[in-house]
Amino acid sequence: MRFSESWLREWVNPSVDTQTLADQLSMAGLEVDAITPAAPPFSGVAVGLVLEVASHPNAEKLHVCTVDLGAAEPLTIVCGAANVAAGMRVPVATIGAVMPGDFKIKRAKLRGVESFGMICSASELGLAETSSGILPLPADAPLGMDFRAWLGLDDACIEVDLTPDRGDCLSIAGLAWEVAAINGCALTPVVVDPAPPAIDDRFEVSLDAPEHCPRYACRILRGIDPAALTPLWMRERLRRGGIRAISPVVDVTNYVLLELGQPMHGFDLGRIEREVRVRLAAAGERLHLLNGETITLRPDTLVIADAAGPLALAGIMGGAASAVESETRDILLESAFFAPAGISGKARSYGLHTDSSHRFERGVDPALQVRALERATKLLLAIVGGEAGPVVDVTAADRLPQRAPLTLRAARCAQILGLELPDETIAGILERLGMELAPIAGGWQVTPPSGRFDLVHEVDLIADVGRIHGYDRIPVSHATSAAGTRARPEMAFDLDRVRLALVDRGFQEVITYSFVNPELQARIEPEVKGLALANPISAELSVMRPSLWPGLLHTARYNQARQQERVRIFETGLRFRPGPDGLRQEAAIGGLAIGAVDPEQWGAPARPVDFYSLKADVEALLALSGDLPGFSFVPAEHPALHPGQSARIDYAGRPVGLLGMLHPGLAADLDLTGDAFLFELDQAALSTGVLPGFTPVSRFPAIRRDLAILVDESVIYADLADAIRAAAGELLRDLVLFDVYAGSKLAAGQKSLALGLILQVSSQTLTDQVVDDLVGRVLARLGSDFGARLRD
Amino acid sequence: MPEESGLGIDPLRDSALAAIAAAPDLVALDQVRVCYLGKSGELTALLKQLGGLPKDERPAAGALINVAKDAVAQAIESRKSLLEQSALAARLAAGRLDVTLPGRGQRPGGLHPVTRTLRRIERLFADAGFAVAEGPEVETAYHNFEALNIPQHHPARAMHDTFYFDADLLLRTHTSPVQIRVMTEQAPPLKIIAPGRVYRCDSDLTHTPMFHQVEGLLVDEQVSFADLKGVLYDFLTNFFERDLKLRFRPSYFPFTEPSAEVDIACVMCGGAGCRVCKQTGWLEVLGCGMVYPEVFRHVGIDPDRYLGYAFGMGVERLAMLRYGIDDIRLYFENDLRFLRQFA
Repeated sequence: MRFSESWLREWVNPSVDTQTLADQLSMAGLEVDAITPAAPPFSGVAVGLVLEVASHPNAEKLHVCTVDLGAAEPLTIVCGAANVAAGMRVPVATIGAVMPGDFKIKRAKLRGVESFGMICSASELGLAETSSGILPLPADAPLGMDFRAWLGLDDACIEVDLTPDRGDCLSIAGLAWEVAAINGCALTPVVVDPAPPAIDDRFEVSLDAPEHCPRYACRILRGIDPAALTPLWMRERLRRGGIRAISPVVDVTNYVLLELGQPMHGFDLGRIEREVRVRLAAAGERLHLLNGETITLRPDTLVIADAAGPLALAGIMGGAASAVESETRDILLESAFFAPAGISGKARSYGLHTDSSHRFERGVDPALQVRALERATKLLLAIVGGEAGPVVDVTAADRLPQRAPLTLRAARCAQILGLELPDETIAGILERLGMELAPIAGGWQVTPPSGRFDLVHEVDLIADVGRIHGYDRIPVSHATSAAGTRARPEMAFDLDRVRLALVDRGFQEVITYSFVNPELQARIEPEVKGLALANPISAELSVMRPSLWPGLLHTARYNQARQQERVRIFETGLRFRPGPDGLRQEAAIGGLAIGAVDPEQWGAPARPVDFYSLKADVEALLALSGDLPGFSFVPAEHPALHPGQSARIDYAGRPVGLLGMLHPGLAADLDLTGDAFLFELDQAALSTGVLPGFTPVSRFPAIRRDLAILVDESVIYADLADAIRAAAGELLRDLVLFDVYAGSKLAAGQKSLALGLILQVSSQTLTDQVVDDLVGRVLARLGSDFGARLRD
Repeated sequence: MPEESGLGIDPLRDSALAAIAAAPDLVALDQVRVCYLGKSGELTALLKQLGGLPKDERPAAGALINVAKDAVAQAIESRKSLLEQSALAARLAAGRLDVTLPGRGQRPGGLHPVTRTLRRIERLFADAGFAVAEGPEVETAYHNFEALNIPQHHPARAMHDTFYFDADLLLRTHTSPVQIRVMTEQAPPLKIIAPGRVYRCDSDLTHTPMFHQVEGLLVDEQVSFADLKGVLYDFLTNFFERDLKLRFRPSYFPFTEPSAEVDIACVMCGGAGCRVCKQTGWLEVLGCGMVYPEVFRHVGIDPDRYLGYAFGMGVERLAMLRYGIDDIRLYFENDLRFLRQFA
């Protein structure tokens, strides 16, 4: 809502400057977005009267004008405007005037004729974007008066960004109430005298959907002057309110809209057949709108119709067929109350948004219609003449919003605000806001004004008391509410710790969009169909990610394309996996490494990341769960991974993660340089709940026996280790794998593993005999299970 | 004292001392020791010759030999210590490094600036006794809107630019639905914050379709707007680590009343007016208010018994102000050269 400050001050004029007024509005919850001057700076422009217009002797399109500025001698001014005529009053920039843009008016010779000033157009004065010809002023503009002063151009346009609950402030009248309440000063509403009917013509109205339109007022105006022009003062107020002047009928309805907050509409009476019906549309009915669009109506949409069909989209926009045009002499003026519930969302559903729909959605005062109609009639008659018929006010009283009084308890007010206010302060604020108060024990029965749709509960009244009294006058309390220590399970998953572990291992955290490119997603997991957005920002961001990998791969590609070859990144967040039991929103941790493990450095050759280096990172995370041995890596294939370098991570027999090398085919399609390795873990899986448990440290020395064994290449380490542990029993304190070899020194298809068995018990030093027996058992078990033998 | 034994002690001692002084290293020195003081060393041999002297001369001669032996042993010790010192000095000299060369090994990565800021917010509120609560991001219209007193077609709903999956399922537009979930599942008193991702169907110079919020909620029997002012004043001054000027400006949220937007004096210009605060001297950083009774009714909490306050803040905005980041889109481009600045 944008408005002229001087217009507001006609209603309420506190002794504060513009900035203070704006701050007051903001601090009362009516946020001022911008204050702009009503006109750019200029000076030396006065009201003049064109006495004579003569042709320029040397230029066909120029006129030599004699202009009276109220001084002794009229001035000679050369003017190029086509509309200049003797008898016109015009704004004249005299010698020495400074025009917008710091342009000075000097004496000048135009094609041989001396000119002592300039007759101005609206655009030259910064009052319009464009204009054709000079600005004609009304006959009562006083000769010689400073133009700025006469038009009140030292005014400010104030733009308030209103919250949707304050539809009542979408007018000068509504804002004036607030300003009066804040400052405790007098309010002078515009006086609206009823325009007595001069003719008897009336139009029958029927309310077919009274729940949506419980009140419809209208009146006929006949014999208006189609050639009449909207006066400059009104056009100026509209302009300062951000509304373009169009024609007297439209301008007056817009003026009343700004002044009182009532959206109105003018129909061409000659193009309405017999009656006005306010009804819901029939499915499939069509309406050609004022903006040129034709829409097909839905049956949930309220229309103003005549006997032939829909005329207007109620409360939103008029139809083209019944619009007031340049020849229209008879009109029907509408001033209705459409219930917010019936209008809400409708404009938007048709892709429309108008000043009218904006107000009706938020709530227009249901007591305002006739007053607005009288005001508009009065203004119109003064501009376009004609004769008004009687006001037709059709109301379904039982459907109008009812105003039950609210109970306000003074104690509750103090409790919620944290500030005890004297009763008279509370009552004073509410009364200044137009509420009716009846005292009761400990408080009041409060009846809010009919236009305040936002006041439905006691706390709404308390909020009004708080905001008008001033939030800044509510104290700052440091009372701490019930807290105490909270349950904090020691082994609960600690995401922060996991993130820091990765950071310390050289990973950079990233945050990628939760919606991803469905094509990339399909390459990663073709069998998973991601949950698709109905209204995505773009096709590239249209499917909810079933894993963190699409975002990580996209980020790796983005950075490699920007000379960042080494990428070690991770992300934590939800993945969205559709399943038979519905959507699962699971918190996950994902990581990607590509390029060298360590940053480039001296003294050590670059070691490219491989499966095992990333596995170490994953194991570091699993170790944070307190139960690293409980996790197992199982060879498993995945569409996005190298079939020979991918593992599923299991815990307690359940898959909880994946680790592997990005499939080289996919890496090539993504233009990634180097082998990329990826992992993803279920965050919940790291919550094992396993607490550390104490075992005494043995006082006896440990004994280490190293074995180099030969096995078939297909034997996997995890199976060997399990067999060794089973055979060695509780004497085996640790098992170290310190070499794996396959190559020319061995037969094809064979590999050698070098293992260190670290043996210890807590009760004694182990004897050679015990150790030899144990090693023998281990070798026998490996021999029988895997055909393993000692390497020579 | 002139030597009178005729055993030649002095020359032998002198040659030993000369050999010691000439020994270039510890090995050579040890050879000298063996040569003079060893089991069959020359000075040791002199003692064996004592028997050839007259009985009355033996003690004096023996004493002289021992004096010589001590002198040689002492010379060896001091020479040894000298040689050890110079050997150590030589080893140290050989071990000299360029200590300005960079260290080797892994370098730490870093947290995303949004996470960094979230951690800070979470810790500050944890100190004040707020527990962290979480909720789903694919949310129902009920939790995101209706239960928060934003019915269908409410103008406030249109302002949310919601991503939908269907009529009932959407991406949460704020963290406020976590309020609803917590209040539905737990009984008062409640004191939680809910950090997380939120989504709006809006993407331009100053908007990303995803961003982060932290919601706060306190429900108890005695809670006032003054308490809300207190907790936010503490939080903001601690977050920015300076005594900030704050203002609570009345505003509107369908799920709180009274409601306020919280502005802080611009942290860039101190309130004088600059580009960041659009010359107003103020920065809007938070929305807050007292929980609306209708919301309590939706979750089955007695609004006559309990009161509550709630607040919500945008994490990206706070991080921008804290670190001077000037473009919100940088957060989700994930350019490593940007992210590494916050390690």
